[in-house]
Amino acid sequence: MTTTDDRPLLEVKGLRMHFPITEGMMTRRTVGEVKAVDGISFSVARGETMGLVGESGCGKTTTGRCILRLETPTAGSIVYDGVDIAGLSQKQMVALRQRIQVIFQDPFSSLNPRMKIGQIIAEPMKVHGIEPDATKREARVRELLTICGLNARFADRYPHEMSGGQRQRVGIARALAMNPEFIVCDEPVSALDVSIQAQVINLLEDLREKFGLTYLFIAHDLSVVRHLCQRVAVMYLGRIVELADSDTLFDNPQHPYTKALLAAVPVPDPLVEQGRVFRPVQGEVPSPINPPTGCVFHPRCPIAVESCKQSRPESREIQPGHFVACTQVGLS
Amino acid sequence: MPPLLDIRGLHTEFRTSAGTVRAVDGISYSVQAGETVAIVGESGSGKSVGAMSILRLIPDPPGRITAGEVLFDGQDLLKLTEEQMRQLRGSQIGMIFQEPMTSLNPVLTIGRQITETLEQHRGATPAAARERALELLGLVGIADAARRLKQYPHQLSGGMRQRIMIAIALACEPKLIIADEPTTALDVTIQAQILELMKDLTQRLNIALIVITHNLGVVARYATRVNVMYAGRIVESGSAAAIYHDPRHPYTIALLRSVPRLDRPRQARLDPVEGQPPDLTRLDAGCAFRPRCRFATDACAAGRPVLAQAGLEDGHLAACFNSGSLSHTDQAA
Ligand SMILES: Nc1ncnc2c1ncn2[C@@H]1O[C@H](COP(=O)(O)OP(=O)(O)OP(=O)(O)O)[C@@H](O)[C@H]1O
Ligand SMILES: Nc1ncnc2c1ncn2[C@@H]1O[C@H](COP(=O)(O)OP(=O)(O)OP(=O)(O)O)[C@@H](O)[C@H]1O
Ligand code: SF4
Ligand SMILES: [Mg+2]
Ligand SMILES: [Mg+2]
Repeated sequence: MTTTDDRPLLEVKGLRMHFPITEGMMTRRTVGEVKAVDGISFSVARGETMGLVGESGCGKTTTGRCILRLETPTAGSIVYDGVDIAGLSQKQMVALRQRIQVIFQDPFSSLNPRMKIGQIIAEPMKVHGIEPDATKREARVRELLTICGLNARFADRYPHEMSGGQRQRVGIARALAMNPEFIVCDEPVSALDVSIQAQVINLLEDLREKFGLTYLFIAHDLSVVRHLCQRVAVMYLGRIVELADSDTLFDNPQHPYTKALLAAVPVPDPLVEQGRVFRPVQGEVPSPINPPTGCVFHPRCPIAVESCKQSRPESREIQPGHFVACTQVGLS
Repeated sequence: MPPLLDIRGLHTEFRTSAGTVRAVDGISYSVQAGETVAIVGESGSGKSVGAMSILRLIPDPPGRITAGEVLFDGQDLLKLTEEQMRQLRGSQIGMIFQEPMTSLNPVLTIGRQITETLEQHRGATPAAARERALELLGLVGIADAARRLKQYPHQLSGGMRQRIMIAIALACEPKLIIADEPTTALDVTIQAQILELMKDLTQRLNIALIVITHNLGVVARYATRVNVMYAGRIVESGSAAAIYHDPRHPYTIALLRSVPRLDRPRQARLDPVEGQPPDLTRLDAGCAFRPRCRFATDACAAGRPVLAQAGLEDGHLAACFNSGSLSHTDQAA
């Protein structure tokens, strides 16, 4: 028998999210589909921070939205704390809503422009009955603002009166207001300047320890991902191509795409950078509408062989906990 | 050669319920054709407002440019009529905004938004505009361009929307591009691809680029000059090498120390700039960084330091009373 504690909090299996592409104003014919997420599996342990990285448009946000059930997956299961939520109705999801929160990529469109910051943070606490007392709620709002590095006086401002980074911190405060256990962090710090970014990263770490939070952390900044995540999954065109613990992934990347990704990170040192010859990943960025056959990375892959064009590589565990979806890794 | 863009004593304010926010509080800098100037700094320090002020895109009310000159090709943009300004935007000066979702029109297709610019500013025929739109999408690395042109903004990923913005800014081959966080929403490979592309364009077409970014790696690679902003002012300015290897303002030093770096061992904990960002409605007479500054002395409360030569490099400026005595062990690199 498994107990609650050694079972992962979240287990995603064979997740697919295909969006239909329609054409024509009247008939809305389906002319194809965007394979935004195309069969991915991973799990996240309680208290862990799992990183999700990869090319723009590879399906990271869509994966997060499926877990939040803002999308209904085309296929696969999403087992959260023992319950498969992939097939739950919106009504059945209500109970879980509070436990799974999100911090969005785009801080502007996610804040109601007509509400003051204080209301924005207090509203969900009120709606979900987390803090019914108005005075306590206000105090909590001030506390949350301060935790997130904002002056408590911002409670009386409107979103448009704040900078992008300030708004992002409001988004974090709002998510924390729900006392969640799992947070999908979709680019939560990319809009922040690095000094505040460091505060927020430390904050996310502190909150994880203090409240036993679990994060799915989506980000492009690989140095932030290395710092914050225990394990990292690398996505490419709707699939996970490599998954390993953070140290292994950054010190010993195996998939050719992961290697290319790491090589593209500029370091904050002008002398190093100005001398570095940069070779971007070869070839066109493929489209999830017409993904390449076989291994989706093969058209751009420096080590591809003929068979890569035909069959989709399965994910293999090359070391305990280190998964790579490439037939050529570890051959020589 | 006179600079393409010369900003002098620019002030922009917002009237808010909490008081007057002096978002841009007297900034001056210039940009030469072909040059890349990076603006870095604290969130809320006025980077975006400073950029929007150049294009006169400050919402009024509550915002207002209260003083200064913005000389572009010798003429003061602050004196142009609204109509002249409209002509200039998109044709002579391209802008890439920080939040692509709010700056793209949600009810127009991607294709329409690109072709509209070309038809308006270039007088392109619909067919020529479409041809060029396809070419531009290719240039910013978007596959399946023909199909993407028919899609709406919400159907694209964040990074794709950002690349659409870049394509629109490039459409008319402007003399100056102002890019506000152009690559924050992008993954590093596309970021690198786009920045290399922008670098190539700036050099080949002699376009000047002002890039606002939080990414110090990007700055290190692409900037010819760096302006560091804090509380509405430029507090340090110099070449990337001077700023990174001989920072002369305590905020810059703290900034450089706070980034996690892939080229260094993983730290147990990051070292952020401690303390609260300043409330711009309540700045006192002293240095705005003083409450968070490890080097502050009594003199720092008396007045706000102005930019002055600091460090060895000619034109390396810092606004700090103690910039000459910041100890070297505190530096980032
Ligand atoms: N509602 C939708 N309808 C159609 N296609 C969609 C929809 N939402 C996302 N897509 C497509 O799914 C793919 C994955 O998008 P997603 O937003 O998940 O990418 P991402 O990895 O988060 O990218 P980024 O790093 O740029 O944010 C993209 O090709 C996108 O165009
Ligand atoms: N429309 C507005 N009304 C009132 N205040 C505003 C408005 N727009 C910006 N501000 C204020 O002006 C200051 C500068 O904002 P700006 O957007 O330029 O910051 P920024 O440096 O670009 O920050 P970020 O890195 O977070 O984008 C902030 O303190 C902000 O709160
Ligand atoms: S002037 Fe004083 S308070 Fe301001 S940055 Fe310099 S040392 Fe710090
Ligand atoms: Mg995304
Ligand atoms: Mg900004």
